[in-house]
Amino acid sequence: MIEWFSHPENTKPLGLVIFFVTFCLIVLWVYGRGKRSRKLEEHKNIPFLDDEDEVKDKPNG
Amino acid sequence: MSATSAVDQYDYDIIKKFSVMAVVWAVVGMFVGVYIASQLAWPFLNFDSPYISFGRFRPVHTGAVIFGFGGSALFATSYYVVQRTCQTRLFAPGLATFTFWGWQAVIVLAALSYVMGYSQGREYAEMEWPIDLLILFVWVAYMVVYIGTLMNRKQPHIYVANWFYLSFILVTALLHTFNNIAVPVDLFSMKSYSLFSGAQDAMTQWWYGHNAVGFFLTAAFLGMMYYFVPKHAGRPVYSYRLSIVHFWALSFMYMWVGTHHLHWTALPDWASTLGATFSIMLLLPSWGGMINGIMTLSGAWDKLRTDPIMRFMIVALSFYGMSTFEGPLMSLKDVNALSHYTDWTVGHVHSGALGWVAMIAFGSLYHMIPKLWNTQMYSVRLINAHFWLATIGVLLYITAMWISGISQGLMWRAFDDFGNLQYSFVESVAAMHPFYVMRAIGGMFYLTGMVLMAYNVYMTIRQGVRAAQTAATPATATA
Repeated sequence: MIEWFSHPENTKPLGLVIFFVTFCLIVLWVYGRGKRSRKLEEHKNIPFLDDEDEVKDKPNG
Repeated sequence: MSATSAVDQYDYDIIKKFSVMAVVWAVVGMFVGVYIASQLAWPFLNFDSPYISFGRFRPVHTGAVIFGFGGSALFATSYYVVQRTCQTRLFAPGLATFTFWGWQAVIVLAALSYVMGYSQGREYAEMEWPIDLLILFVWVAYMVVYIGTLMNRKQPHIYVANWFYLSFILVTALLHTFNNIAVPVDLFSMKSYSLFSGAQDAMTQWWYGHNAVGFFLTAAFLGMMYYFVPKHAGRPVYSYRLSIVHFWALSFMYMWVGTHHLHWTALPDWASTLGATFSIMLLLPSWGGMINGIMTLSGAWDKLRTDPIMRFMIVALSFYGMSTFEGPLMSLKDVNALSHYTDWTVGHVHSGALGWVAMIAFGSLYHMIPKLWNTQMYSVRLINAHFWLATIGVLLYITAMWISGISQGLMWRAFDDFGNLQYSFVESVAAMHPFYVMRAIGGMFYLTGMVLMAYNVYMTIRQGVRAAQTAATPATATA
């Protein structure tokens, strides 16, 4: 098993598959469930939370 | 929360220091840039002195603008953004002060060593080993301050701008360490030799070189963009979810593209093809981020007519889009066969550096500096003049380099009817002369704008300090 990992021709495609699948999962997580999407979008207001001229979520996005 | 209480609540002293030095290094670095551009147009400016020759002054220019101006602007804005989005003070302020003095020492020592003729000969990493070690200490201190502040946050979510800053800090540490593994000749010698050699050495250098562009000059400035563009526009970012995908896509892809600097060399063909492939894929997240930034102004486009700071930010994003289109194009092997080793590359770098990096930094500094000193910018008209001088300057620069670079590439590959090279190298140099003059003039425009900014910032700070003294006087008298 360790022998298999020692060959770059095995580990390179494996690395590619791991990274690609992880990235796809991130995209699915971000754009998946409506409730989670709404919650994520709420974070866009963080820069305005400590201002006197606080700006709440405007119809962007 | 009022502006006055923000000044009290957050640790602004260190940010003020870095902001001032960002402006100082921008003037110094751009002046040296204009000088070396002028040397190429009018070689007598070398004055037969090795100390100010092009070869030694060039890293002084790149070091002062990238690490002096860019680095100081990033330290300043990252310390500002992390405090304001986490609603907490900086962790370990003593260490933060060390990062300031340490970083300024790095820039000064590096510049002096280049002028004295010390260089590792690695682009954007010319510093010899003692300076590399100092960078390492400063960077670890920076990481401790930044991560410590994030851990002390009062806001449960870490705002996306901090993700970009954090990736920049982490990746720069990796790049710096592995690109500078070298063995000193002896303990008291500045000279050292790289652990790598040949094609491996070249690949390590360009893994560093392009990721310095990707994480120091792109990811970090995107962190700046994701805070200051929404903040200045008074509107939240267009899509927070898009910013998350932008972050992860950049992080996954940038690491692979360095080998596109080594097409048609001793590097294995698969490695350079891999670099080109990932470069093309990078177009998608780059443009996604650009659109996210520009669309933040959706519904408030009128600000572009009236607000020169907003104009700086949006033009910066446009240049980000343009250079991230040009980069993948130039990474294609056939295009690279024409463009590589020519001035086209120099033009591309400056379209990103002057158009994107510097302009987003100018916009952010113009937004932040009045807040640090609790005042208004001294002159909006001067900001406007700076904007136009910078825009005309960068356009002159990149147009000159496009013409010059493509002409060079075509002249170098032209054959006559007998299969001999049609032009000698010196003929191609002579043909470039008008464009070198044009580039120097473009640089002069850009530098003039920068001098206006320095004056405007100086007057703004003076105004803020005087107002603070006036406000403090009656209180002291009453007491």
